[in-house]
Amino acid sequence: MDRPIRVLVAKPGLDGHDRGAKVIARALRDAGMEVIYTGLRQTPEQIVNAAIQEDVDVIAASILSGAHATLLPRISALLKKEDAEDILFVAGGVIPEDDIPELIEKGIKAVFTPGTPTTVTVKFIEDNVRK
Amino acid sequence: MDLIDQLKTGNKRAAAKLITMVENKLPGYEEVLKEVHKLSGGAYVVGITGPPGSGKSTLTDKLVKNLRKSGKNIAIIAVDPTSPFTGGSILGDRIRMNDLNLDPGVFIRSMGSRGHLGGLSEATRAAVKILDVMGSEVIFVETVGVGQSEVEIVRNADTTLMVLVPGLGDDIQAIKAGIMEIGDIFVINKADIDGSNRTKREVEMNLDLSHHERRPRVVMAVAIDNKGIDEVVEAIHEHRDFLVSSGKYHQNRAVTAKDEILEIIQVQTLKNVLDNPRVREQLEELTQQVASRTMDPYTAGKHIMDNIQS
Repeated sequence: MDRPIRVLVAKPGLDGHDRGAKVIARALRDAGMEVIYTGLRQTPEQIVNAAIQEDVDVIAASILSGAHATLLPRISALLKKEDAEDILFVAGGVIPEDDIPELIEKGIKAVFTPGTPTTVTVKFIEDNVRK
Repeated sequence: MDLIDQLKTGNKRAAAKLITMVENKLPGYEEVLKEVHKLSGGAYVVGITGPPGSGKSTLTDKLVKNLRKSGKNIAIIAVDPTSPFTGGSILGDRIRMNDLNLDPGVFIRSMGSRGHLGGLSEATRAAVKILDVMGSEVIFVETVGVGQSEVEIVRNADTTLMVLVPGLGDDIQAIKAGIMEIGDIFVINKADIDGSNRTKREVEMNLDLSHHERRPRVVMAVAIDNKGIDEVVEAIHEHRDFLVSSGKYHQNRAVTAKDEILEIIQVQTLKNVLDNPRVREQLEELTQQVASRTMDPYTAGKHIMDNIQS
């Protein structure tokens, strides 16, 4: 596959800390992907709108605020509404283990919690994109 | 041509998919290019170029907001550099354009330069045509942050804005050849910083010495505070009026068309040459000799050309 994987790295919600998002953006870049970073405090609508215009293969959302149970399913629902469920949707950040099964059920394909090596995230995206 | 039919009705999803298609040369892309070329040509293209960090994205954001007041449909293509080592990239221009994201009259697409050196990507021109057919009336094309010689934008835009900031060098920089020659409008951004008057003077002095059919305007702006934006918009309108009334608008587009044909010939010719296994073999052989200094590259090139023509 010679075309680069396009990833939208998104920061939904109100937390103002994006070191993790930048580290992951950099790791994906170094894995040969085109990473679109849209900055802090994005609404689910903004994220899905950008994903469609940029025609990305992956949305990687980073969230630390604790609002994951509200915001992440909202992104899934919008993707469904826009008929864009072919976009691989993954998330990372401070998300309690107990919350993960519900997120997976609502269409988030993987959740990466603190301490996950970036290589794991890269590998997951490479293995699951455009499937 | 399902996607093209959708594109003609203004469908953004179709535009996004078609840009991916031409950017990656996916099967059928040439047919798409043929079709959109004939349908395009209506949009006015504004190029935004300048050094990294000069405020191109922020300026674009403010200009688009200003123009949106008149209800025009607008598209933005923002190019950022691709890593020559991994092929990856960080496309970060959207960060400065967040308020535009949900405006239904605005479409934003980020592109990696993917090894193309002129400040744009190979597919930028095609993306402009696709967005033109989608119904964008003004298309902004923002180049990668440029140094001194990336002048390709001038062949792809009707009006080129050169964005400069104070403190990048002395007056010698202003009289050097290259990017200082391509602005139809010069914007001295971050004009609240010390030295901006001096930068303006240096640009003006340089313009004093050149022979322009029309002297480019130099506008001071502080894009982040929305200062000077009305003046820049006015300067764009002035330049457009000049192009149209002087006939340069069509002349410039003819130059672009010729460029486009020559580029295709260039790419195709090289491809034809390298597709020939005999030539590829010879190339490998001569490469070794040139590297070890037993042959010079001019002679090697001539051998290959002789081989093709024989």
